[in-house]
Formats: sequence, C-alpha cells, structure tokens
Amino acid sequence: MNFELTEERQMLQDTLRRFLSDKYDVPTRNAILESDTGMSVDLWAQLAELGILGALFSEDDGGFGGAGFDIAVVFEELGRAGVVEPILETCILGGGLIASLGNETQKGLLESIIGGETRLALAHGEPRSRYDLSRVETTYAAGKLTGHKAMSLGAPNADHVIISARESGGIDDPHGISLFLVPVSQLEMRTTPIMGGGTAADIYLNGVSVSEGKRLGAAGEAFAHLETVFAAAITATCAQTLGGMESATRLTVEYLQTRKQFGKAIGTFQALQHRLSDMLIELEQARSAVIGAAGYLGADTRLRDRYASAAKNLMGRAGRMIAEEAVQMHGGIAMTQEYELAHLTKRIIMADHMFGDTDHHLERFIALSAA
Amino acid sequence: MDLNYSQEDLGFQSEVRAFMKDKLPQHLADRVRGGAEFTKDDVEEWHAILNANGWLAQNWPKEFGGAEWNAVQRHIFEEEAALSNAPRIVPFGLSMLAPVLQKFGSKEQCDHWLPRILNGDDWWCQGYSEPGAGSDLASLKTRAVLDGDHYIVNGQKTWTTLAQHANMIFCLVRTNTEVKNQEGISFLLIEMDTPGIEVRPIVLLDGGAEVNEVWFTDVKVPVENLIGEQDKGWTYAKYLLTHERTNIAGVGFSNAGLEAVKRMAKSEMSGGRPLIENPHFAARIAQVEIDLMAMSLSNLRIVSQAAKGGAPGLEASMLKVKGTIIRQEINDLARRAAGSYALPFASEAVEGANEPPFGPDGAGPVAAQYFNNRKLSIFGGSNEVQREIIAKTTLGRMQ
Repeated sequence: MNFELTEERQMLQDTLRRFLSDKYDVPTRNAILESDTGMSVDLWAQLAELGILGALFSEDDGGFGGAGFDIAVVFEELGRAGVVEPILETCILGGGLIASLGNETQKGLLESIIGGETRLALAHGEPRSRYDLSRVETTYAAGKLTGHKAMSLGAPNADHVIISARESGGIDDPHGISLFLVPVSQLEMRTTPIMGGGTAADIYLNGVSVSEGKRLGAAGEAFAHLETVFAAAITATCAQTLGGMESATRLTVEYLQTRKQFGKAIGTFQALQHRLSDMLIELEQARSAVIGAAGYLGADTRLRDRYASAAKNLMGRAGRMIAEEAVQMHGGIAMTQEYELAHLTKRIIMADHMFGDTDHHLERFIALSAA
Repeated sequence: MDLNYSQEDLGFQSEVRAFMKDKLPQHLADRVRGGAEFTKDDVEEWHAILNANGWLAQNWPKEFGGAEWNAVQRHIFEEEAALSNAPRIVPFGLSMLAPVLQKFGSKEQCDHWLPRILNGDDWWCQGYSEPGAGSDLASLKTRAVLDGDHYIVNGQKTWTTLAQHANMIFCLVRTNTEVKNQEGISFLLIEMDTPGIEVRPIVLLDGGAEVNEVWFTDVKVPVENLIGEQDKGWTYAKYLLTHERTNIAGVGFSNAGLEAVKRMAKSEMSGGRPLIENPHFAARIAQVEIDLMAMSLSNLRIVSQAAKGGAPGLEASMLKVKGTIIRQEINDLARRAAGSYALPFASEAVEGANEPPFGPDGAGPVAAQYFNNRKLSIFGGSNEVQREIIAKTTLGRMQ
C-alpha cells in the first residue's frame, strides 16, 4: 500500500500549481468570467503546451497519462484555482469517447485536441432524462437527428459536439444508443453562461442531417462507453470540487485568524473553532473519496461505479457543508462577487448539478450494491 | 388551546385575500414568482397601492396614520402576501426608522418625516454596518464631530441595502471616543445628496447589486437631524433591532417557496415518473415541511403572545435561526429539483436576461436565490449572534 504520488505525477502537480498561481490569478479569472466566450483561448494554448491536456490521455492515444490518478491530480489543481475552461468537456468526455470508440479517421482528432487546437463537448442529457444515463428520447433515423439536448456543457466553445441518439430500443433501454460527431456549425443552439463559470447550451435537433460516417463505434452500442467516460468525468468533477474545498477551507482559516470582532480574532471563539474542525474532517473524507474513485477507475465496472457514485454522493454532501460553512463564517464579505470564496462556492455547489447529484448517486449506489 | 384563528382574525384574513385578488397588479406578482429583482418603480407602485388602503404602515399607531395591526394581523397579512406573490414591503423607513422616530424623535421630526415615508417622498436606507463593525456593531468608527449647528461626518458604511435608490440614510455615528463603545454613538438622519457622500455598488455572488458601500467625506449634517440625545444612539439602535425582527421567521416566504418546489417537482421527471414521486426527493420535501409546520406553530405561539403585549426575547432569536435554516433548506431543494437547469447564470445583471429562462417553469432563478439567500443567516444579527443571545439569556437565568 502506498498513498504517495509517483514522481511524474508529483511533477505534473507542481508544474500545474505553479503555472496557475502565476497565470490564473483572481483578476485574470474574473476578466475571463466577464468575457463574451467565458474562456481564455490563450490559456488553453498554454495548458496544451504545458502538457496538461496530454496528461489526460494514454500513450496509445498520443498522451502520457490518462489513468485515474492523472485525472485526479490535474483536476484537483484546476479546482484549487477555480479554472473555468472546458477541459473536462473536451478531454474527458469528448476525447474519452473518441479514444474509446473512434475509427482511425476520427481518432485523428486526438492529436489536435491534445495540441489545444480542437475543443469538444458531449450533448447527452435531455429535459426529461434528469440524470438517467440510459434515457434517450432523441432519435437517429433516415440520416437525421431529432430531439432536444439539455445543458450541453462547453458546447458554445466546442468545434464538434458528440450527440447521443437512439436507433433502437425503448426510451430507457441501455441498448440502442449511438453517438454522432457533429460539427458545431450544423447545430441550432441557445447558449448561456453557467453559475460559477463555463458555458452550456440547449441544442435543438430538428431533423439535422448527419451521415452514418459520423457515428462513433457500432450502431446502438454506445452505452457502456458512456458509462466509462461518465465514471472518469465524475472522478474529474470530484477532484475539482476537492480542490475548491481545499481553497475554501484555506481562505476560512486565514479569515478566522485575521478578522477581528469584539476585540479579538474571531478564530478565538470556540463556537467557530469546532465548526472549522468539522470542515477539516469532511475535507479528509472528501480527499479519500476522490482517491477511491480515481484508484478504481480502471477496475471492473461494478467496483468502478460503486466508488464513483460513493464519491459523487459524498462530495455533494461534504461540498455543500464546506461551501456553506465557509460563507457563513466569513459573513458578508463572502457574498461579494469579487472575493475568491464566492467563485469557489459557486463551483462547489454547481458541481452537484453535473453528472448526477447527491440523491441520484445515492440511488445508484444502492442499486449497484444490490446487484 | 385552540389552534384556529378567531372569527375576527378569519374575517381579517378574507379581507386580505380579497385585497390581494383585486389590488395586487398581475405584473408585480409575475415578477415575484419569476424571482426577478425589484425596480424602484415596482416597490413604489406597491407601496402606493397599500397606502391608498391605509395598509402600508401596518405597525404604526393610528395617531401617526398607521393601521395599528396587532401581531396576529401582521402575520396573516405576511402569510397572504407571500402566497399571492406580493412584493416585499421595503422596511427601512416604515418599520425600522419610523418606530424610532415615534418613540424618540421630536414632534417636529415626526411631523416632517413620517408623512413623507407614507407618501413615498423619501426612500430610506440603513447606515449601520461598517467594514470593521459587523456582528460587533458597537465598534463602529464613522465619526461625527459637532461644529456649530452642524455635525461633520467622516467614515464608511457597508452592506447598505438599496442605497442606490435612497435619498435619505439613517446612520449610527460615533460622537464620543472617550467612553465605552456603546456610550458614544449617536443616531443621525442624513440626506444622500449632501456633498461628500459617495455610493459604490457591491456586486454579489449571484450577480445582483442590492447592497452598497456608502462613503462620507466631511459631510455636513444639520444638528436638527439628530434623533434624541447625542451619545444615546445605541439605545435607539437596539430598539430598532427589535422591530427589524418582526416577520423574522419568514413563514410566508417558506410556504410560498415550498409550494414552488412542489410545483417544479411535479413537472420534472425522474426515472420516467414525476420527481415528486421519487422516494428520496419526496423524503426531503416531507422533512422540511414537517419542520416548517412546527416552526409555523412556534411562530404563531410567539405572535399571539406578542399580540397580548408580551415582548418576545430569546424566542425571536430562536425563530430567526430556525426560520433561516428552513428557508435556506427550501432554496436548496429548489435548486435540486431543477436538475441541470439550475446551471444557467440567470442574473438580471447579465445581458439578455429578458429572454425566457431555460428549463421548467420556475427554474430560472433557483441557483441565484440559493446563493443570494446565504445572506439570511448572516444579516440582521448573524445566526451565531442569535445563538449567543439564546445561550446567554438562558444561562443568565440559571444564575
């Protein structure tokens, strides 16, 4: 048993941490949030050059990592700095699906993804699917995609969107779901910034013509691959949330040490000390949950998904507790947009609305445990 | 024991219901239901409608033009107003400053300022908190020095709600630095367009700008704008805070919020069935509803005590803590119910917010409300301060 990062991953962590503390300070990030696109193309190129995107892909796919702990290390640092660029959408979801399903031509995209020239998004969820992975009402028939995709993360800044559609089976049948790689120019979408940074779009598919050559993998066989990239996306989101929780806790510790009321630092009040202790305890739980999800990402699917759902449920609870307690112990200052904690809080809470929330993963954990 | 309203109260309730049905403009109710921020015009429109019916100054004595409702009547109004999606009455002039003027102000001050509050001539804001004086309000540093027939005011206030609309501010200022904190504070009324005042908006985490910093540089305030005696302002401030605590439990808001959550949970689907039938979500709703039912009765017990003249002490603090926990829990349920449609950043501060919101009816503002309402447990005496009051009052009784 060994809980140390390998030398390579330690280096990856140090490099990324140093890079973000130099290049992604709060004013820079706030300017990105207020920009029209909600992301920095410059920063994207620099992250690619630094090898951060490549760290999320295996050597076979042209990268130099791609395992659970590579994902966890990268996203924990991104979360710590509150990075809003669509790296998860492009590399974990889009890149992950192309790597596992693409033919040789389609896999040609991986090089430009890792090089920072191409961005991807996945459009899977629908207004009536909530977080169910197998519920797909969008159809692909006679060469046309028809349906409505809800809140496709990163789609406004993507070059291609991978769209799930049903070719056979009942509405929630895992079998019968296919994926299509569609250039964004072919799509009618309504875009929005999202709370805490990043963008999303609803996509309206009114019989969009897409040739069979755009299908990723065999017809109707995408579900298992979706589950695999979702497990990776959950690991990444949890690691990102962990990073945010670490920063929120650090800010709270500093504030308790420096803010004075009634003539002394408020950290001297026992009522607040005990609550800080509870935050620190939950933070360790969260760290372990992320290690569990990352460590079993390559395991058999039941073990993998039990740890993934356990992590997402725990992060939903611990994240909320830490975010709310951090704000409460700061008081009004934490409610202001320009203060770092406000941004971190929003990212921690909104992560609960991605890839299944606390309740969804509790139910999934129960189902997986009974299986 | 009788858990029902008296015949008289029931009559009053139907009167309020009919009023809401006839007089509450649809466009205002729609804005409340949609979670929109209120413009100055919206508020003034609603205040004028209430004033025309004699219902604006609900807690004022009749001699000052008030409705002089008792606590039960005020509670009924608040409940009905929330259920009808009526805008909130902006409290700064009406229920915060006015009681102080009526109790401690001179006749001239009452005659001048009170009618202006009713008519909407003045929009008041509250200059209490400072960057270094939050929970420890008495440590405030904004300085007022008497110079002939004027005070010269220098300093900074913060978290000043809706100061951007206000033409008047009532302020706690330090007039004596030689005595202990609480004994050197005075209560001043200041015109916002006096030279030397600058209002700077604070953008909040949900993108809204309802609070401000207010800066004072050599601001001249006529001495007749001092309330009561110099250096006695803390007494008046404490009196005001007891009035700030009316409707502290926010039962009406919670009832309306819970109804909205149920509406959304009926239309949102989970596993092919309405979300409200999902056992985990149903349990979450039931849990908060059970807490709300009990808190609602606690609130009525205290309200009915107050209607008989009993002054709520630590009970008000208890209601504040429990009431805000419940309201925040309902905000949390609302964001959960919206699923991925809680994600859009839908603040009115964002360009294009006039477009229809994404997702199901009511999902638009849920995330912003969740974040914005973190303030409930922070302002008006944070929940930590309330817990101190509860413990100290109780342990004090033991001694």
